[in-house]
Amino acid sequence: MTLALQIAQLVAGLEKSVPGSVTESGGNIIVVKPESLFKVLSDLKTNKEWDFNYLSFMTAVDYQTYFEVVYDLISLEHNQEVLVKTRLTDREKPVLPSVISLWKGADFQEREIFDLFGINFTGHPNMKRIFLWDGFQGYPLRKDFKQS
Amino acid sequence: MTLRTETFILNAGPQHPSTHGVFRMRFTLDGEVIQDVEPVFGYLHRGIEKLAEGLTYSQDIVFTDRLDYLASMTNNQAYVLAVEKLAGIQVPERAEYLRVIMAELMRISSHLMAVGFLLNDIGAFLTPLLYMYREREKILDLYDMVCGQRLTYNYMRIGGVSQDIPEEFVPALKRFIDSLPRFIKEYEQLLETNEIVLIRTKNVGTLSKESAINYSAAGPVLRASGIKWDIRKADPYSVYSRFKFEIPTGIKGDVYDRYRVRIEEMHQSIAIIKQAMEQIPQGEIQTKVSRVLKPAKGEAYGRIEGPKGELGFYLVSDGGTNPYRLHVRPPSLINLTALRELLIGVKIADAMAIFGSIDICVGEVDR
Amino acid sequence: MELNNLPGPESNSYLDMDREEGQGIKLTKSLYQAPVADPDAWLTEEPGHNIILTTADAIIGWARSSSVWPVNAGLACCAFEMISAASSRFDISRFGMEIFRPSPRQADLMIVNGTLTWKMAPQVKRIYDQMAEPKWVIAMGSCAISGGLFRNSYAVVPGVNNIIPVDIYVPGCPPRPEALLYGIQMLHKKIKRQSLATGRKKT
Repeated sequence: MTLALQIAQLVAGLEKSVPGSVTESGGNIIVVKPESLFKVLSDLKTNKEWDFNYLSFMTAVDYQTYFEVVYDLISLEHNQEVLVKTRLTDREKPVLPSVISLWKGADFQEREIFDLFGINFTGHPNMKRIFLWDGFQGYPLRKDFKQS
Repeated sequence: MTLRTETFILNAGPQHPSTHGVFRMRFTLDGEVIQDVEPVFGYLHRGIEKLAEGLTYSQDIVFTDRLDYLASMTNNQAYVLAVEKLAGIQVPERAEYLRVIMAELMRISSHLMAVGFLLNDIGAFLTPLLYMYREREKILDLYDMVCGQRLTYNYMRIGGVSQDIPEEFVPALKRFIDSLPRFIKEYEQLLETNEIVLIRTKNVGTLSKESAINYSAAGPVLRASGIKWDIRKADPYSVYSRFKFEIPTGIKGDVYDRYRVRIEEMHQSIAIIKQAMEQIPQGEIQTKVSRVLKPAKGEAYGRIEGPKGELGFYLVSDGGTNPYRLHVRPPSLINLTALRELLIGVKIADAMAIFGSIDICVGEVDR
Repeated sequence: MELNNLPGPESNSYLDMDREEGQGIKLTKSLYQAPVADPDAWLTEEPGHNIILTTADAIIGWARSSSVWPVNAGLACCAFEMISAASSRFDISRFGMEIFRPSPRQADLMIVNGTLTWKMAPQVKRIYDQMAEPKWVIAMGSCAISGGLFRNSYAVVPGVNNIIPVDIYVPGCPPRPEALLYGIQMLHKKIKRQSLATGRKKT
């Protein structure tokens, strides 16, 4: 966005409200721990200083040892953008809290991540496959998916 | 005596004349009033994100054409923008201006189709569509002159565009742009004083400001609800900061406002094309990029304002020739999140008008 | 047809309907792994081998080919070239075909254009089965002919002729409207040569 994000100030503010959550930061990216993800995102949304009220997109990437889920938040008022990432190391049953209560636009995107990666989002009212049919085996966008 | 009613499930199936492609909705109806709707996706899920990991960066441009097949030029532009951000490539000026001209022509064509199909679904069967097709065929002739294709152009390359415009392009473009405002005015006159169109579109499918932001709507759907947010002004890419144009917004966010926002955006696109034609410099059309591009390890997100909303490509590179992960931010799918709220409590005949005003393209929804 | 003998969903809930659909798709995927043979016996058979019916054949063939009504089965990008062919510039109405029927019961021709996925395959087979004889199929665009650009994908059928028999193939990505009109003229030639005595093999 046109205004550069003061990342150091943002991290300092988050340390006060949710201590110990941010593990790395740089540019306009911050990496948080999965346990404190929901608190960090709700803080970023409700805090009037940042006011990130628009979720642009969310997606997941499969690095071989961990999954990384990316959230892109935009503040329409201040014209700023931040990318919040979190890393999941459990490949058998990866689980994250759903952010549908904060931004309803996350509805279909979380179902898509479940369909293609297998990451389960707790608290979603309709967690089922969206693109592939009921009975499809496997999660195609994982790096170890074998076509039958 | 009390009347006992039962709800029943109506399937507006994948093959349907008004669903804009293979899209399915399961309505739960009580008489004619919709109680619940469940959209079902996936009938055109081709696995583009997985296939893109098997081809190089420049070979992936052909996949982007087939995403939103009514606006292929803007898809190309978003993808090459993301790759250029990732690899740090500069684009020459003439190529940027050519990209802007092609993208704005594409926006006009896509909005013509959106308005034409909306009126088709309301009931003015085929006449407005054939009138809009008249103008669209002229735009497709212009594209045919430049890159030889009518629908899936594959025109933009990493670092520029693939071919320069021939000499007959500029007078043809000038003739088309000079005659277009008169045609748009002709359509407005035919439709806006028509009582049936007004009754069927005003106060139907109202999306409030807070809902639009919460549902992550983008593009004309967001602007019709009163929010002035356009990526060309908020996060300028290419040479858009050099042009003077306005952002039309609506007031209430109903079907009529979305229709009006699209018509006004066509006028603004005409203004941008006129300014671009005056300012375009001579020069190269593509920087020298190695045949097999290997960007450094990292990630980038390139976003543009497409005709349907914010279109973005999220690329992750691991230093090899193929992208490690390519994710498309699909404006059509995310705009559809609001569909359920908009359709509950509405009569079934209004459902198609609301659905048509959101303007989706199934190739982008399912990828 | 096996697809029509599946038991319906257990209840009206969305999950049960999804499960029934998933079973139909699994059945389709297992049944249709190899391409169906093209109905091209007409290329090698001798014309006019049945003397009694030649004049009747000629009149009926002319009548059938002059008003073939297509069904609206556009799947993806090629559908827009078909709509362009039906618009006022590349008029398909001069061949008597401007009536695009949404309902397959009233149509003779199915133009399949766009990529066919396994999720959509039972629906296309259902539309084909609902059409009344005589019926013809045109596969338009490279995705319908062989899976095209998306052939290696996990969810794409490698060609519509895995599911239904195809009469005419129109190549291109997408083919220009003029190419589609040329394919339609070839179909008219084929219809005129079809004899009442031989008919078509049922699939």
